[in-house]
Amino acid sequence: MKAGHKFLLGAALIVGGVGFLIAEGVKETGVYFLTPTELAAKTASDPTFVENVGFKVGAKVVPGSIRRDQDARTIDFVVSDGVKRYPVTYRGLVPDTFTDANDIEVVVEGRLGRDGIIRATDVLAKCGSRYEAVPEA
Amino acid sequence: MTLLGQFALWAALLLGLWCVAISFSGRWQGRPELSATVVRSVYAVCGALVVASISLWVGLINHDFNIEYVAAYTSRNLPSYYTFSAFWAGQKGSLLFWAVVLSLFASAAQLLTPRRYADLMPHVAGVTTAVVVFFVCVMLFAANPFERLGFTPADGRGLNPQLQNVGMVIHPPMLYLGYISITIPFAFAVAALLSRRLDTGWIHAIRKWTLVSWLFLAVGITLGMWWAYVELGWGGYWAWDPVENASLLPWLTMTAFLHSVMIQEKRGMLKRWNLGLIVGTFLLSIFGTFITRSGVIASVHSFTQSNVGYFFLGFLAVAGVLSFTLLYTRWPALEAEVRLESILSREAAFLFNNLLFVGIAFSVLWGTLFPILSELVRGTKITVGPPFFNRVNVPLGLLLLALTGVGPLIAWRKASAANLKRQFIGPVSTGVVTLAVLLALGARDFYALMALSLAGFVAGTIVQEFYRGVRARRRMHAESAPVAFGRLVARNRRRYGGYVVHLAVLIYFVAFSGMAFRREMEATLKPGESVELASPFGHTYRLTHMGISQYETLNRIVSAATVSVTKDGKPAGLIISEKRQHVDSFKRPTFEPSTEVGIRSGLQEDLYIVFAGSVQGTEEAVYRFNINPLVWWLWFGGFVLAFGAVLTMWPGGGPLATGPTRAQAGYEVTLVGAGAK
Repeated sequence: MKAGHKFLLGAALIVGGVGFLIAEGVKETGVYFLTPTELAAKTASDPTFVENVGFKVGAKVVPGSIRRDQDARTIDFVVSDGVKRYPVTYRGLVPDTFTDANDIEVVVEGRLGRDGIIRATDVLAKCGSRYEAVPEA
Repeated sequence: MTLLGQFALWAALLLGLWCVAISFSGRWQGRPELSATVVRSVYAVCGALVVASISLWVGLINHDFNIEYVAAYTSRNLPSYYTFSAFWAGQKGSLLFWAVVLSLFASAAQLLTPRRYADLMPHVAGVTTAVVVFFVCVMLFAANPFERLGFTPADGRGLNPQLQNVGMVIHPPMLYLGYISITIPFAFAVAALLSRRLDTGWIHAIRKWTLVSWLFLAVGITLGMWWAYVELGWGGYWAWDPVENASLLPWLTMTAFLHSVMIQEKRGMLKRWNLGLIVGTFLLSIFGTFITRSGVIASVHSFTQSNVGYFFLGFLAVAGVLSFTLLYTRWPALEAEVRLESILSREAAFLFNNLLFVGIAFSVLWGTLFPILSELVRGTKITVGPPFFNRVNVPLGLLLLALTGVGPLIAWRKASAANLKRQFIGPVSTGVVTLAVLLALGARDFYALMALSLAGFVAGTIVQEFYRGVRARRRMHAESAPVAFGRLVARNRRRYGGYVVHLAVLIYFVAFSGMAFRREMEATLKPGESVELASPFGHTYRLTHMGISQYETLNRIVSAATVSVTKDGKPAGLIISEKRQHVDSFKRPTFEPSTEVGIRSGLQEDLYIVFAGSVQGTEEAVYRFNINPLVWWLWFGGFVLAFGAVLTMWPGGGPLATGPTRAQAGYEVTLVGAGAK
C-alpha cells in the first residue's frame, strides 16, 4: 500500500469519525425548539410527546404570573406567545435577567407533564436591552 | 466634533474607493509613482479614521449626550476608564474601532514588509482597503456612531453592569485585534494569487502576522472565558454559546494553518490547502462578526438585532465567491512539488492534525448553525447545546492532544523503527505512569483520565526535546546547563517557542479535565447557619452565612452577602458575593440587577459563591456554591501560551525564523535534508 493510500484511509477515518460523531450527537442531544403554538400542535398530533420528549420553548413570560418560593427555591410562571399559554414550574436559581419586568423573553427547557404544566430543567432569560439600550425618550 | 467625525468618515470612504479602484484595475503595474500613491492612500485612509476615532472619544469624554451613541453607553457617574472603553462597548463604536484598527494594521503591513515583496504591496493595499471601505459603508449607511439625537438627555443610559469589568475593557479589543489582523494574511494570500507569485514568499511575509492574530485571538478567547467565569455567575467559563463558538472557529483554522505552512516551507506540499485555510479563516472571522451583530442566532453575548447583519452577510458572500473563484483560476499553478512518502512521517502527523482542526471547526460551525439549518430543511427548529459539542469535540480534542505529542517527535519524510523507538519510549512511559497514578488515586472519569495521561505523554515529549537539545549543546560547546538551555532557546526561538505553546495547550487540557470533577450545591441559609461541602481533592469546606449588608456606592446599590469559610477546620477567610442594582446620577435604576460572584481561587480548586437573592427582604440568603477544580491553571496556561507565542515571533532567532527567503518568484527551494534532525 502506498503512503498516499494509507493517508487517504486515515483521512477517511477522521472525516467519517467526525461525521459519525456529529450525526450521532445531533440525534442524541438535539432538542426541539418550539413556540407554545407549535408545542400545542405537536402534542395534539403525537400524544407520546407528553412526558417523553424533551424540548425548549421560546416565549414571553405573562406579566404578573411569576410566583417565587425562595425557601423551596422554586419558581412558577406562565409563558405565552400571544396564542397559547403554558404554566411552567422550575426548581433552581434563575438568572439575573429573569426579572419581574414586563416583556421578558425566556427559553424554557424541559418536558410537558400530563397536567399540562411544563417541568423545566433550565430557564434562560434574554432581555432585549441586554447590551444595546434604547435611551428613554 | 461629530461634524468633523462625519467628514472624516466620508473622506476615508472616498480615499478608500480610489485606492481599491486603482489597485484592482492593475494600472499601477510598471508605474512606480502610481503604486506609491496606492500605498500612500492606505495611510491617508488611516489618518481619516484616526481623526474620526478621536472625535468619538472627545464626544464620550465630554459627555456630549446629544450624540446617540454617547447617551446610549455612558452616564455622568460612569468611571472614566469605562467611558474610554465605551468606544467599543456598542455596535456603532465597535465598527469604528474595527475600521481604524484594520487601517492601522494595513499601514503597518505596508511599512514593515521588506522591500523584496514590493510587487505584492499594491495588491495588499487594495484588499485591506476594500475591507476598510466595507466597514466605513456600514457606518455611514446603517450604524453611524456620530448620529445626533433630536434632543439632549440630561444623563446617559450608562454602561451595562456586566461590561463594567476590567476583563471587558481588554477582552473585546483583544478579540477584535485577532479578528481584524486576520485580514492582513488574507490580503497577502489574495495578493499572491493575483500576482501569480505563488512561491513561499507570501508565507514568509505573513508569518509574524499570522502569529500575531493567532495570539490575539487566543488571548481574547481566554480573557472571554475569564470574564464569563467571574461575571456571568453560572459557574463555568465556556458554554458553547454561538458567540463563543464564533471566536473559536477562526482560531481553529488559523492553528491548522500555522502547522500546515511548515509543510509547505519544508516540503512544497499543501499549497492549495494553505490558501484555502487562510481564505476560510478570514471568512470565519467575518462570519463571527455577522453572528455577533445580526441576532440571527440567539446568544447571551450578542448585540441586539439590527439590519447591520445583512451587510455582513452580503460581504461574506461576495468575499467568499471572489476569493474561491480566484483560487480556482490559479489551481494548476499550485501543484505540490513532492508526494507524501510515508504515513509514519511528520508530514502525515501534520496532515492529520489539520484534518482534526478543520473537523472540529466544522462540527462547531454545524452545531452553531443547526437551529437555522434544521428549520430550513425540516421546518422544525432543533437546537443542540453543550452536550452535543462536548460529545463531538472531546474525543477529537483528545486525538489532537495525542498528535501534539507525536508531531514534534516523528521524523520528516519517513520515520524508521529506530527513530520511533528512540523518540517515543520516554514520553509514552510518562503517559502510562500518569494513568497508573491517577487510577491509584481513585480518579474514574474516562475522558478526564485520557486527557491527563495524554497530557503526561505530551509533557514527556516536551521535556525530552529540551533535555536532548541542552545535552547536545553541552557536548558541542562545553557549556553549563543553564547557559546551554538559554542559548538553545534563544537560537531556535521558533521551535522552542512552539514547544512552550504546546506546554500551554496541555495545561489548558488539564484545566478542562478538572471540570469533570466539579461539585455544586444550593442552599438557603439564615444568618449563622452553615453547610459543609467536600471537594474532589478531599478537603472539607464549612460555609457559614454571616449576613447581608446594603450600601450605596458610585453608580450602584449593593446587597452584599458574606460567607465565612473554614477549610478542613481551619479559618480560610470571608467571601463576599453581591447583588448590584446600577443607577444613573438621578438614582433611577438602569439595567436589571447583576451578580458579583465571590471566588476564592487556589492551585487545586476554586470556591465559587453566588448570592442568588434574599428571602423576602430578610437576611436569609439563597446561595449556590461551586467547587471548580484546576480553574486557576487555565489562566496560568494563558500566560504560558502568550509567552511561548511571543518567544516564537521575537525578532532574530535561528535559521528557521529567517528561512529560505532568497527564493525568487516562481522558484521553489525545498529543504530536503532539513527534517533529518
